[in-house]
Amino acid sequence: MDYSIDIGSSSFSTKCKLSSRTVSSKSLHKTAQIRLLSRHPEVYEPCDDSFALVDALLADRANLLQHKPRLCMEVGCGSGYVITSLALMLGEENSGVHYFATDINPHAVDVTRATLEAHGVHAEIITTDIASGLHKRLAGMVDVVVVNPPYVPTPEEEVGCEGITASWAGGENGRKVIDRILPVVDELLSGKGWLYMVTLTANNPSQICRLMREKGYASRIIVQRSTEEESLHVIKFWHEDIAEMEGARAVASGPESWLSQFPLKSFWRGGTGSIG
Amino acid sequence: MRLLTHNMLSCNIKGVSNGFPLRLEAEKWVEKEVELNADFLRGIFPKIEWKALAGAARAIGYDQLPDEADASMLDSDDFLRRFHHALLELHVEEGALVCPETGRRFPINKGIPNMLLHEDEV
Repeated sequence: MDYSIDIGSSSFSTKCKLSSRTVSSKSLHKTAQIRLLSRHPEVYEPCDDSFALVDALLADRANLLQHKPRLCMEVGCGSGYVITSLALMLGEENSGVHYFATDINPHAVDVTRATLEAHGVHAEIITTDIASGLHKRLAGMVDVVVVNPPYVPTPEEEVGCEGITASWAGGENGRKVIDRILPVVDELLSGKGWLYMVTLTANNPSQICRLMREKGYASRIIVQRSTEEESLHVIKFWHEDIAEMEGARAVASGPESWLSQFPLKSFWRGGTGSIG
Repeated sequence: MRLLTHNMLSCNIKGVSNGFPLRLEAEKWVEKEVELNADFLRGIFPKIEWKALAGAARAIGYDQLPDEADASMLDSDDFLRRFHHALLELHVEEGALVCPETGRRFPINKGIPNMLLHEDEV
């Protein structure tokens, strides 16, 4: 299988510890290629969180293809690695899928444009805060949203700083921006819409899932990556009343239970978890 | 920026109630051929503000869209081709989007509209 993924086995660093990594050849077929990525010193380069998100999309690719999304969006596209990979995975206009990508960092949108072009795929790019300017008209129209948010716990004053800081500074518990993104995504998603989002343990993902549940979303962990220091989850959310038939089948372990999929409770460390 | 995106953008300045459609001031645009997908066009049609699309298309010299459109027209291949061309094949590279209420200009550079607000607009 070209799309097999390693879960929980790879050692990684997060947004705090920027590192470069080459992608194993097995995942090259349907994802953006590192050598074709554009770069800028003020733009977050794909890191293990980006790879985890793309691996989650690959792992769910069969479901995504069956889902037949019309509009897909990435909030915070950075280098363009994720939206380019999604476009390569799902196909473009000929498949009837169209992509939007936003970033608050003007350098990032330029880098995303170059990365998309280098791979011969297209997304409509907008420089904006989350989906400001789009969310009214696009409300209820987006079938897939992907987000690798600024999730690193930082002092509040770092949130919303210009440049690359905006790609990781998440304020208290790393939730400042996540908590602004979620209501916007709720507005954007169509009835059958899916959200894939990266979270860090310190973000208290189980509480995020509870919040989303109050808005009517079920959730499931697609990819989990752990080290001794921290743990990343890529969580998928969907409207609970829409049966996620194909997704449910993919989960071998009994009935869907959003909480039981999380690791042992002791795993959750309240407050600011330690990060690299 | 495709006209699809123009059709989905509205002025995001706080307090603005008539921020749609943004007036398109195009300085440079290009055509890029895209495979026509009739299912996509039929699916997106109900979500498109037709007057805004036709107006934006005219602003870049494409006047082949009717002033009004309804779903029955989607049976016509000719209509689909024109709709497809206007919505997806015309890319505005340089120019601006102007708020109809405040006159605020949102620049478009290298095909990317910049909707970032100043502090006093949020």
